[in-house]
Amino acid sequence: MPNVSMTVNGKAVSAEVEPRTLLVQFLREKLSLTGTHVGCDTSQCGACVVHINGKSVKACTTLALQNEGAEVTTIEGLAQNGELHPMQAAFKEHHGLQCGFCTPGMVMSAIDLVKTHPNPDEKTIREGLEGNICRCTGYQNIVKAVKTAADNMGG
Amino acid sequence: MSSETGIGASVRRKEDKRFLTGKGRYLDDINRPGQAYGVFLRSPHAFAKIKSIDTTEAGKAPGVVAIYTGADLAADGIGGLICGWAITSKDGEPHKAPAHPAIAVDTVRHVGDQVAFVIADSLAQAKDAAELIEVDYEELTPVVSGADALASGAPQVHDDVPGNLCYDWELGDPAAVDAAFAAAAHVTKMDIYNNRLVPNAMEPRAAIGDFDSGTDEIVLYTTSQNPHVARLVLSAFVGIAPEHKLRVVAPDVGGGFGSKIFIYAEETVCAWAARKIDRPVKWTAERSESFLSDAHGRDHHTTAELAMDANGKFLGLRVNTIANMGAYLSTFATSVPSYLYATLLAGQYTTPAIYANVKAVFTNTAPVDAYRGAGRPEATYVVERMVERAARDLGISPVELRKRNFIAPDAYPYETPVIMTYDSGNYPLNMDTALKLIDYDGYAARKAESESQGKKRGIGFSSFIEACGIAPSAAVGSLGAGVGLWESAQVRFNPTGGVTVFTGSHSHGQGHETTFAQLITEHLGVPIENVEISHGDTGKVPFGMGTYGSRSLAVGGSAIMRAVDKIVEKGKKVAAHLMEASVEDIEHAKGVFKVAGTDKQVTMAEVAFAAYVPHNYPPDLEPGMDETAFYDPTNFTFPAGTHIAEVEIDPETGVVEVVDWAASDDFGNVINPMIVEGQIHGGVAQGVGQALLENAVYDSETGQLLTGSYMDYTMPRADDFPSLKVETTNTPCPGNPLGVKGCGEAGAIAAPAALMNAITDALGVEIDMPATREKVWRAAQAVQQAAE
Repeated sequence: MPNVSMTVNGKAVSAEVEPRTLLVQFLREKLSLTGTHVGCDTSQCGACVVHINGKSVKACTTLALQNEGAEVTTIEGLAQNGELHPMQAAFKEHHGLQCGFCTPGMVMSAIDLVKTHPNPDEKTIREGLEGNICRCTGYQNIVKAVKTAADNMGG
Repeated sequence: MSSETGIGASVRRKEDKRFLTGKGRYLDDINRPGQAYGVFLRSPHAFAKIKSIDTTEAGKAPGVVAIYTGADLAADGIGGLICGWAITSKDGEPHKAPAHPAIAVDTVRHVGDQVAFVIADSLAQAKDAAELIEVDYEELTPVVSGADALASGAPQVHDDVPGNLCYDWELGDPAAVDAAFAAAAHVTKMDIYNNRLVPNAMEPRAAIGDFDSGTDEIVLYTTSQNPHVARLVLSAFVGIAPEHKLRVVAPDVGGGFGSKIFIYAEETVCAWAARKIDRPVKWTAERSESFLSDAHGRDHHTTAELAMDANGKFLGLRVNTIANMGAYLSTFATSVPSYLYATLLAGQYTTPAIYANVKAVFTNTAPVDAYRGAGRPEATYVVERMVERAARDLGISPVELRKRNFIAPDAYPYETPVIMTYDSGNYPLNMDTALKLIDYDGYAARKAESESQGKKRGIGFSSFIEACGIAPSAAVGSLGAGVGLWESAQVRFNPTGGVTVFTGSHSHGQGHETTFAQLITEHLGVPIENVEISHGDTGKVPFGMGTYGSRSLAVGGSAIMRAVDKIVEKGKKVAAHLMEASVEDIEHAKGVFKVAGTDKQVTMAEVAFAAYVPHNYPPDLEPGMDETAFYDPTNFTFPAGTHIAEVEIDPETGVVEVVDWAASDDFGNVINPMIVEGQIHGGVAQGVGQALLENAVYDSETGQLLTGSYMDYTMPRADDFPSLKVETTNTPCPGNPLGVKGCGEAGAIAAPAALMNAITDALGVEIDMPATREKVWRAAQAVQQAAE
């Protein structure tokens, strides 16, 4: 089996993988980073979004082997020294999550959205999160959370 | 303290930290040492005889541990899946309950029906091996629509169910309704289809069976809304293990919406197989499997007639519904189109005579059962589309017509002709509140503005009612439920003053860990950070009935209040001893025990400590501070409200833009307004999804599910909505100690009718759900052509 090495949440990791292993499987099964979820099998739901080299990517659309040498950040890597990332904090403040299953992917997508659109209006946020499905919240409080986080992130 | 974290405060959720940091523990995040992986081989056909199954090659594949078929389950005496609600047809016959094996034995009856279970060392090996199983099928002609299944000569889904008729049930007084129609000045009639939905909780179903040969105990980890009910059914009816040797754990569950109430084949097989191979077995559904095998929702064909006098006063309602049950009866399937549906056909109105006839039928489709609202959305959809159609027929404003027929705020308790006794409410207030929220006075100007831009604007109303709590036990028992529907709670003080509450309710997004903790903070003065809520493990919590039917606060929260009462009662005895006073002189408020008329007092924390360190303790007082209570309410609760949808339609593209939404809902007392609002948002989103986007479509010839993934089944996304305007009115519920009514399903119940009424108002013609762009465009074009 081939070997893959990458940096995940700031730590160098290396493991043998079957070539067909998706990045999301690598994260969940080899690294036990189970915060990245699998909600569908057609790359529609966005529950598995992580950052690869700073950009949000659905981790079910890329093989682990394609990410040799990449810098990967997952939901587990966001909070620093016990302090929630401003996006995480805003989701909590505005009740932007219910069952929590879509939340990691939603938060990772939202951070990238704010990076691209530092001062997003409601329409930009709604369109920007179109690749992430949430079945619980009706998105309203997610939109509020992203707006607040954008403000707090210095947009 | 309690003003910020007690009842009525929008306390930020205690459970959020783990979900936001990737530390939630959902089923697929759990792995047991030495576990093997299971994959189900599923039927590719909607209806076929299984002539033979050859597992020889598959059995030789790398890593394969075992392959099981329906014959293996039967040989072990494992029973089929059951339906736990008995319905009696109008001829006195019990409903037909055909066999529902966890793995098909000789016939498959829907695409996705289980045919074999392959267990291997890895998931990939199990999948590879499943492809090597050879099944010889003899295909049969399927039937997928409920109406078609009743036609003479239709394919017979089960040999022992003639005409595919599960039951032919009625409710109400047909003679009174006939008389009402005979006296009517006007009759409005509609054919209404309530489209089939796939619940689509974002976490797919999953299960791990784990057997301990040392203790003979099976632990089943499963995505359940009601782990004790699962344990009871798997033990008493399926025969997996005795209840005391079966522990069911439902950890963090990623949404349910009803679909995780039911006891499914896959968890049954995992629990059984773990003992067979003496190794943990894990199965996780892929989304395509969820589409094929989760219980679906709705799928009603209805004809309804409303009789009115010359002033638009409702005189009688007659409803005939064909309800598609799918291929087998899911756990509570029979109750949904009967007692959860027809009993709500009075809506918010004084209609004096109502008659409903429901024919439940089998088809070659996935089983249909409760999905957010469960019968009540179907009832509201019928009533509210009929009311709005009647308003158009009569040329009366839909607001005015509703107001003429609303049950008056002083008429409670109000007995409807369909066996419900509404306990409280203020329907005109909800209507007026919603009208203000949507700025109804400004609507005409907005419509004119839309028209000046070539758009069509519409406004639609839905004044919904639901019966929640799904309790009391005596009531549901008399209607056919096989279980009691009370709830349990245990409040345990630790010696150092912290509290763990064990609840039989189950949270899968509803925020119980916060709302329930607020009750303890409010009533016992314990800081909210010192309150822990434990649920979802039959090895920890007292036997409980779980979460569905918007019941957790009304029934489960009330059980907590009963346990709190017992804690206070015990605390008074301890406090009396500590302060050398008589128990009768002890007063309690918010965790402080005082001797009446003095300044002597002790805190709950001191009392709890004394109860666990009972030095110098009176002989007649038990140590410990740990109380359990069971609560069975006296009536359902009846949340109600009015939702108003405003849409703008582009007749050139068929795009329906939901431009505004107002919701005024009466949920009785509200413990955490933030959470309640979130429930409304989510419920409305699912209702909007049903009305605009979602549709489970089976091909009528092949029985194939054409909408079997997120590529084809359109899920509502962030850019499909505006921000909703939500307010609550609060008529306390007299039926439970918290005065609460339940808010989880309201949005999904109210929304479809409001939106479809708005679309109809804009288009001037009626269409069925979902109002897809194509359908709307065709309707708009037809109207335009007719005008030209």
